[in-house]
Amino acid sequence: MALDVLIVDDSAAIRKILHRVLAQTDIALGDVLEAGDGVEALAVLEKRKIGLVLSDINMPNMDGLQFLTSVRARPEWNNVPVIMITTEGSQEKVMDAVQRGAQGYVRKPFTAEQIKEKISSCLGAQ
Amino acid sequence: MSNVQVPITPEEIAAIIGTTTENVFATMLGLEVQAGPVDAQSKLTQEDGKVVCLVSFTGQWNGSGSISCSALLACTISGKLLMSEYEAVNDEVLDAMGEMANMIIGNFKDEAAAALGALSLGTPTVIYGNNFQTRNWNGQSWIAVPFCCEGERFEVKICLVPSQDKAGR
Repeated sequence: MALDVLIVDDSAAIRKILHRVLAQTDIALGDVLEAGDGVEALAVLEKRKIGLVLSDINMPNMDGLQFLTSVRARPEWNNVPVIMITTEGSQEKVMDAVQRGAQGYVRKPFTAEQIKEKISSCLGAQ
Repeated sequence: MSNVQVPITPEEIAAIIGTTTENVFATMLGLEVQAGPVDAQSKLTQEDGKVVCLVSFTGQWNGSGSISCSALLACTISGKLLMSEYEAVNDEVLDAMGEMANMIIGNFKDEAAAALGALSLGTPTVIYGNNFQTRNWNGQSWIAVPFCCEGERFEVKICLVPSQDKAGR
């Protein structure tokens, strides 16, 4: 079954790069949807069944960590894998994201291989 | 206003700028860049036909990081980042350059945290135009590191001052 993916990042450049990386993976990809912040991302989740979320942390309106907390608070979204992709590299931020329920954490700058491996390991662990 | 002593030397800041910039260029663009000699007294900078990206710091230290380059190099960098071709600066180029600044200054922030404590970053501001000047609010010096990339020069600069909370202690 095709997997719909949601990319959450306020940078159109990063959304475009991740779009390209997703197309290079061997997962059965459905629609790739985009959101510019956590508020927009929650609106997408309300409307669509999403199989994987790739989210930045530093964003306007609602940041990635608040977004993650909101996702995990909803039982129907509790099992959706969320991978954080961010410039925030401190151990505190990584631990915070993991404690809030992130399945993966990739620091920018990243290679396409790093993203593909993280997606593979997250989806494989389900 | 006199310059404030920062708990790491300009050379240490320049070294962090060098490694983080080289890493971002190599990882995201597959490009090697080489740092030139640091200028620790950079103040007023005349910008002409340049793309300038600014990212603010908040926390125990305030200030900003900046990257600046010619329109031509901005188009080259954005083209490699997004695997497209750009002949002129447009919204995609400005967004790509903002993200490059976000990654370089964001990685600098984490590497400098051991000396400076936790810092937060603002959203990048990207400016493109002719005949404008950039300076810091209180005349504080930038620590500027020039780089050479694809035959063009670009510059990464950092300015740090203690926050009011820290200065008031």
